[in-house]
Amino acid sequence: MNDILLDVRDLTLDRGEKRILDRVSLTLAKGETLALVGESGAGKSTIAIALMGLLGRSATTSGTARFDDQPDLLSLSERGWAALRGRKLAMVFQDAGAALNPSFTVGRQLASVLRRQLGLSKFEARSRAVALMESVGINDAEGRMTAYPHQLSGGMQQRVMVAIALACNPDLLFADEPTSALDVTIQAQIIRLILEQTRARGASCIFVLHDLALASQSCDRIVVLYAGQVMEAGPTEVVLRDPRHPYTRLLQSCVIEIGTEDLTPPEGSVPPYDQMPAGCRFSTRCPRADARCAAERPPLQPVAGRDLACWHPEDAA
Amino acid sequence: MLAHIGQKVAQTFAVLLIVSFASFALLKLAPGDPVVLMLGSEFSQETYDDMRAQLGLDQPFLAQYVQWLGDFVTGHWGTSYVGRADIYTYVVHEALPVTLTLTAASIFLALLIGVPLGVISAVRKDGVLDTVVAAGALTLTAFPSFFLGILLIWFLAVRFGLFPVMGFVPPWQDFAAGMWHLALPALTLSTFFIGMIVRVTRAAMIEVMEQPYIASARARGEPQWRVVWVHGMRNIMMPLVTTVGLQLGGILQGAVLTETVFSLPGLGQMLTNAVLGREYVLVQAGVMLTALMFIFVNLLVDLSYPFLDPRLRTR
Repeated sequence: MNDILLDVRDLTLDRGEKRILDRVSLTLAKGETLALVGESGAGKSTIAIALMGLLGRSATTSGTARFDDQPDLLSLSERGWAALRGRKLAMVFQDAGAALNPSFTVGRQLASVLRRQLGLSKFEARSRAVALMESVGINDAEGRMTAYPHQLSGGMQQRVMVAIALACNPDLLFADEPTSALDVTIQAQIIRLILEQTRARGASCIFVLHDLALASQSCDRIVVLYAGQVMEAGPTEVVLRDPRHPYTRLLQSCVIEIGTEDLTPPEGSVPPYDQMPAGCRFSTRCPRADARCAAERPPLQPVAGRDLACWHPEDAA
Repeated sequence: MLAHIGQKVAQTFAVLLIVSFASFALLKLAPGDPVVLMLGSEFSQETYDDMRAQLGLDQPFLAQYVQWLGDFVTGHWGTSYVGRADIYTYVVHEALPVTLTLTAASIFLALLIGVPLGVISAVRKDGVLDTVVAAGALTLTAFPSFFLGILLIWFLAVRFGLFPVMGFVPPWQDFAAGMWHLALPALTLSTFFIGMIVRVTRAAMIEVMEQPYIASARARGEPQWRVVWVHGMRNIMMPLVTTVGLQLGGILQGAVLTETVFSLPGLGQMLTNAVLGREYVLVQAGVMLTALMFIFVNLLVDLSYPFLDPRLRTR
């Protein structure tokens, strides 16, 4: 259980002058579920996209990302990526309606993954595809095979997306806000589906979420990000029951105060990426910040059962 | 679906009616008296009136139009004043096949060259190749095709003798010779169109490549060539087909010049001669036929949409 599947060290990503990710480090054990949380624009999705090798050419990265027996994902060639994607790494996208090709039937999109990645025959791929569709809870899977994405509901589209992502039993699944395009009633179903399916396969899962409540319910560990820096990371229970970083506290308090699940703190906003302080990026909004915070980046250090990057951590609750 | 097709066909007929009326009216308003033209310099008033009645030119305007339209639909297009030949036979059996062959070959050539260039250019956006292709496409679009035709004749036909200077051999009689004769005119006519196709393909492909389903296709391990040529290509069919349909007008226009430059006995050359000889009937037939082709192709384009994009296949 404690075998490390993914070990990201100092992942830094620049787009021109803008440093989108600033020395992000995180580890993930086999079979573990991890939540990346933060406001929109914190770089959560970017981490997933970078680790899937889907960054455009406008981005430059440094740091390392060891995955399974791959020494470094970030230095893979396009050919190296092609061997991993779909087979070992897979991704469920935010808006399944846009992430499924509108011109092909869902059955064809699912079967083509099976045929190409597992070398199944047309007939085998088809029957496996139907079985997969059934396993993700699609009624009349046989009939839905010939449906085009636009003919399915949002929930059904996301189920198809999950089926495609898990078709080849990947070791690691990225779920990039898999429910943000869905009705609230269906959100929980999809999250549960992803958890069930990854657990059944012994796969690890990285959820990108902006919903603390969802994260606390579904993930073993949590990484709190602010403007491309890791603020606090650790077991979900430890971090959320007793947050020590002022930013984690702020996130939690705004959930409680406003009573919504949207993580946008009431006062202040994230500074533009080309005007970030050299130190802790949260220092411009932090109630506990001083001159040192803005100038010097606090290292991510173990504190009370979690990793924390703060010069002035909060006391135990 | 059937209702949709019916509606489109009905619209097409309405357009055809308007076009036919306009082409009829326009030529009626043109200066010059065809009767005088036919009779020459010396004739009596009586001969003049007889000829006028014989041609139906003494009838009211609308009656003339209805008469003409009825004749047109039934294939009675009259005889050419000058050539004394049956216009229907001449136009449909001799001129039209030449123009159709030339146009089809040009469109085929333009797609064959333009689509791959546009796709490669989109995939290597802002690269060296993209810059070169974009500049080339703009030049081709702006370059007058008849001038290019003359250049091609001069270099490839006259100086190096690689291709025939002029003439038409029906490819259905002798395919190799037909293609050989067609090469330069088709290339000339397609240049303008190649530039257009490159630009439309490039723009559409760049937009498609930014769609989430492309990232999603990559994420499931699709190799680059399949991402571009299967997932991407399938989604740029609509703008591509639309461009071909809309630009057909331009191509037919270009065909007039190209046929003149290369002495191809097609609709273009026929129209030029008919206008110069003030042969109303022949001009009308040519205009109607060109309009028919344009409208028919665009009807096909319209009807193809549900096949190209499943989201339009409702009900």
